[in-house]
Amino acid sequence: MDYKMTLTDEQKAILDGVKGETMAKVMKTLVMYGDAFGAEKMVPVTSTKGHLVTSFGLKVMAPVYDLMDQLIEGGAVSGQKFSVDPKPLDPNVPAGFLENFVFNKFMYSMQNSYDAQLSKLGLADTDAYTCTCYMDEVGNKPKKGDILSWAESSAVVYANSVLGAKCNRNSGIIELFGSIVGYVPYFGLLTDEGRKATWIIEVKTESKPEAQILGSAIGMKVMEDVPYIKGLDKWLGTELTDDVCSYLKDFGAATASNGAVGLYHIENLTPEAVEQGENLVAPGAKVYVIDDAELKRVKDSYPVMWKDKNGAPALCFVGCPHLSLAQLNEWTENVAAALKKNGLKKVTVPTVFTAAPGVIEEFNKTPNAGVLKGTGVVLSYICPLMYMNNPLCKKKRVITNSNKLRTYTTSRYYTSDEILEEITRGAK
Amino acid sequence: MKQFKGRPVVAGSCTAEALVSHGGFNTLASFQGALQFGNFPILGNKYKQTECDDQNNSDLFGKPMLNKALCLPQTIGSTTGGMVLYCANAMKKAPACMLFSEHIDSLAAAGAVLSAVWTDKPMVTVDCLGDEFLDYVKDGMKITVAEDGTVTVE
Repeated sequence: MDYKMTLTDEQKAILDGVKGETMAKVMKTLVMYGDAFGAEKMVPVTSTKGHLVTSFGLKVMAPVYDLMDQLIEGGAVSGQKFSVDPKPLDPNVPAGFLENFVFNKFMYSMQNSYDAQLSKLGLADTDAYTCTCYMDEVGNKPKKGDILSWAESSAVVYANSVLGAKCNRNSGIIELFGSIVGYVPYFGLLTDEGRKATWIIEVKTESKPEAQILGSAIGMKVMEDVPYIKGLDKWLGTELTDDVCSYLKDFGAATASNGAVGLYHIENLTPEAVEQGENLVAPGAKVYVIDDAELKRVKDSYPVMWKDKNGAPALCFVGCPHLSLAQLNEWTENVAAALKKNGLKKVTVPTVFTAAPGVIEEFNKTPNAGVLKGTGVVLSYICPLMYMNNPLCKKKRVITNSNKLRTYTTSRYYTSDEILEEITRGAK
Repeated sequence: MKQFKGRPVVAGSCTAEALVSHGGFNTLASFQGALQFGNFPILGNKYKQTECDDQNNSDLFGKPMLNKALCLPQTIGSTTGGMVLYCANAMKKAPACMLFSEHIDSLAAAGAVLSAVWTDKPMVTVDCLGDEFLDYVKDGMKITVAEDGTVTVE
């Protein structure tokens, strides 16, 4: 094949088939992918683990399963263990007879066989299903400067921005190929130039902005560009505490799903911004000022996709991306307090909190596990987005505080405070 | 008739009818109906025709995409996008070609390259055609793509 980038002798040998025809095709894919972006070379993946975005055994993804079989048969499996996005199904999550029938017999009928393929390809363990693989309780947390081959957009933006790792906003399958070959093309967010900010965001709100709306506003404005955010340290401080990291997780997921942000810098807070300050800002960067009125404008612009816009919510999801342990504890205490205040024992809207299996395991060791169970909230490892990704759920009135879930489904967005009020008040 | 010169990402030639999205093309949202439910006749003809299922795309929603020359700025949305494009192509439910006014994005590039290397029917893909291309081309126009990335619109 013709290619433009410079390859090492080892990389050329792989491309020429020294490790087999399948591995050569994997390398060819990455070289063509890199050439499309003018990548000058391939660089080694240096993280301990990979992470895949495709966790769901959708029956219709037959071409993907065929490809996975080709990889396994050709010995082209991942050189690093990997985690993977959450599973789409959990029997504990409320679903009707028809939904369960469609989920299990049609949509996700390939889940077990796909899970088996993932194991052969390098899945770290049977609990490694979460979009927040970087949580301490999960154990796939890259170091600053690590080169990653990931695709999950909320994980990529977190790893780049909060952890200071380096990863492009890859597509599913491409990220697996990088973990198989051990190299990724060097372009975009892997380069110093690609990590410069081309937008300055000036946050001028009168109170701490809702993470999910602030991220949404920035994502919609800058799309795939890198923003340098000023004024947020006034509300978040200058330390990456557990609470701040949880805020940035949700903020980043909103920038990535409402736009296509793969990296943001927050003045005096995120690692590269602390080290380099405004040297990270590219010449001629555009400016976007965000005040309370702008956040209200953005929130009011979200369409309500429900047929009966005044209907009562049928289901509530909190945890897209998956909740941190700190968030699970905070939500539990807030729900319990609000129910007590309202003279109620159980939530009044069927509610599901979602978190990584490792986080759930740790949470279940705390007294709050019993408290949450008492409120009637279901705690699950499910992916709400995959749960809702079907015509049956399009008709269901689902509420959420996740801007990512709102963007990809017919769920209706409320702030966290509004969600708390919705699920803990009595019948109207 | 007007000609535009772009960069072939996956080189090839084809002729097809134009289908134009002026906003970003959300790959997962657009194809999810056709891919998930296209094999169930009980759900009607809609999904068999690979009609665009993205209710947020006013240009394309409800229009068949199969074998069209899809003209767009970039793709947006879930990072499963490349995999979805690959599946659509492998399942013969893809457009004939994808023509980008801007530089191709990483998700669409993944789909184009995966289709080129891992299927027997590469999807012709050209990018960097310029804003004027997207201003000029309209639904239903005849599009001819040449190996060198020249796109003729008539």
